[in-house]
Amino acid sequence: MRDEVAPLTAVRLVARRELNTRLRTRSFVLSTAVIIAVLVGYLLLQASIFTDAARTDVGLSGQASNLAGPLQVAGEQVGLDVHTSVVTDKAQGRAKLEADELDAVVYGNPAELKVLVRAELDSRLRTALTELSRQQILAGELAKAGVTDPQEVLAQAGQADVAVSTIEPAGAEHGQRLGIGLVMVFLLFMAISTYGTMVAQGVVEEKASRVVEILLATVRPWQLLLGKVIGIGAVGLAQLMIVAGVGLVMAMASGVVTLSGVAVSALVWGVVWYFVGFLLYATIFAAAGSLVSRQEDVQSVTTPVTMVLTIGFVVGLNLMLQNPNGSGVVTMSHIPLLSPVVMPGRITAGQVAGWEIAVSLVVTLATVAALTWLGGRVYHNAVLHTGSRMRVRDALRGARL
Amino acid sequence: MPEHTLAIKGLHKRFGSVVALHDVGFEVRPGELFGFVGSNGAGKTTTMRIVLGVLTPDSGEVIFDGEPITRAVRTRIGYMPEERGLYPKMKVADQLVYLAELHGMSSADAQAATQRWLARLDLSHRRQDEVQKLSLGNQQRVQLAAALVHEPDLLVLDEPFSGLDPVAVDVMSQVLREQAAGGVSVIFSSHQLDLVERLCDRVGIIANGRMVAVGSVEELTSSAETQLEIVAPEAEPGWANDVPGVTVVEERPPRTLLKLAAGADDQAVLQAALATGPVTGFTRHRPSLAELFRSVVADETGGRVDA
Repeated sequence: MRDEVAPLTAVRLVARRELNTRLRTRSFVLSTAVIIAVLVGYLLLQASIFTDAARTDVGLSGQASNLAGPLQVAGEQVGLDVHTSVVTDKAQGRAKLEADELDAVVYGNPAELKVLVRAELDSRLRTALTELSRQQILAGELAKAGVTDPQEVLAQAGQADVAVSTIEPAGAEHGQRLGIGLVMVFLLFMAISTYGTMVAQGVVEEKASRVVEILLATVRPWQLLLGKVIGIGAVGLAQLMIVAGVGLVMAMASGVVTLSGVAVSALVWGVVWYFVGFLLYATIFAAAGSLVSRQEDVQSVTTPVTMVLTIGFVVGLNLMLQNPNGSGVVTMSHIPLLSPVVMPGRITAGQVAGWEIAVSLVVTLATVAALTWLGGRVYHNAVLHTGSRMRVRDALRGARL
Repeated sequence: MPEHTLAIKGLHKRFGSVVALHDVGFEVRPGELFGFVGSNGAGKTTTMRIVLGVLTPDSGEVIFDGEPITRAVRTRIGYMPEERGLYPKMKVADQLVYLAELHGMSSADAQAATQRWLARLDLSHRRQDEVQKLSLGNQQRVQLAAALVHEPDLLVLDEPFSGLDPVAVDVMSQVLREQAAGGVSVIFSSHQLDLVERLCDRVGIIANGRMVAVGSVEELTSSAETQLEIVAPEAEPGWANDVPGVTVVEERPPRTLLKLAAGADDQAVLQAALATGPVTGFTRHRPSLAELFRSVVADETGGRVDA
């Protein structure tokens, strides 16, 4: 005679089935590849924007031709990567400008430089050229005043710099942090909504095929639900890790992200919040799914849940773009149903005190506990109900029809 | 093996204002094939779901092995729900192994039992196919394998024969007989009453949520009113009107169809018939299960029969 399957063995068996049947599917491989492709595309775009923005091609003509060296130095000081070439005359320079081979043509006396551009002179290039022009004038005046080595004086003056302390991360770092944070928010939103919906579909698949009757003759509803949530959650986690891992390596390799510490900690926080967020939504999705009996009806019950998540994502993302420390983001990061998407972004992109993260985690976990209880109850009462859609109130009351 | 007796006692179940079961009770003995028949909506599926613990009764109990059915006991039940339940996109073998393991089998035992049943039901070549790619008949075989794979002591099968071709019906019948012969108690519902009559040791008839008859086919049909068909060419019309214990059903000379009351002496009827002249035919006609079913269900439902 056999004994009842130990409760956790049942959960493990259910979870293993979910994992095995979903991880091996073509759709998992495909969706992972697509998300990675989107992410890599985004990274390449970022990388090209960065390099394009920093590079400028300048054609030098006439007397200005020997300014190549000083112009490159002056460019460096304002963060421009100046590439110079010599053009024979202004006309050739104009032609090259029109052909988009050059960004600016510089000609004329070094003390009175003239610049030809298509429409607008890059402000940094203007600063560099003005500086160059001033130096030329200054060097001439210094020489007239009897200074033996005017270039040394200029070099000394050029070294002068103000000491800057920041209260927020410096510009470039800020940009990277925001970028990493937003990518994390996007990945979390995708993972939770995709795999949450999959939980609802899985519940309905079992209802529609009536396999749930056979299962519940030997397994308790909570074991089936927990096993399903763990199994599908693990598939989602696997995808999140693969995508985020590949994204991280690509971002570092391409030089878009240089803050490896920030990126790794963002990934760690992302995983933590995925756990919390997935638990939070999975039970709601399961309960929603258990209300209907046919795959065609899944969307009608999951849409309200997905809406909440989407609002958190869209509003959170936009507010974060404006200011990751703004009051809107701060508020959202403490609202239980929104925090799993918003908080990890805020942790990476803005400033969060440790206690804030702790409070948000505790509140969210308390919500997980409450919703798991409610959702488990709805699931328990509704999962054997067949036919028309069941009302949440009836499911909560336990009227089994 | 008295411990394998399934005893259903005093089940009551209401769905809202509808009384689904009213004091339903019967026994299925070890090694017995028990046929559970009734019209649609009579309460068969509800009763079976309660046995499996998928539904909870309002009152009454289900006893197996002398104890109320617990979850541990349920791992020893094989169940085939009325609307078939398998994962459409899971491979046949994986599915059976999974269900066997959920019923407490070790992984190795589950694999072995799966192999055995797939071979027995002639499905070995489809083991790596998804269930949804199988024909309905083959899906039904997989469903039977799913009920049997964990070697249950009790089989509860809701309409196992519906939708089967004659060959599959034979395979199913044979497997059920083998199981019963091996000491497994089998209860199944069916609308194919001739099949039930042929296959079952005992039968229970349910109508409107109440058991109206339980017993062997022999007991049930012999306790019912017997009909006599008499061929007496020279008999006058109305010759049988005064014979005690019979009522005339039909007179169509030379034939007379009589209903014999329970306990009445058919020899007295023969005497009376011989008194009219030669008797060329005298047939005792026992009702089939189908006829019995129609009469008891008609009594219960006031004439409406939709089985």
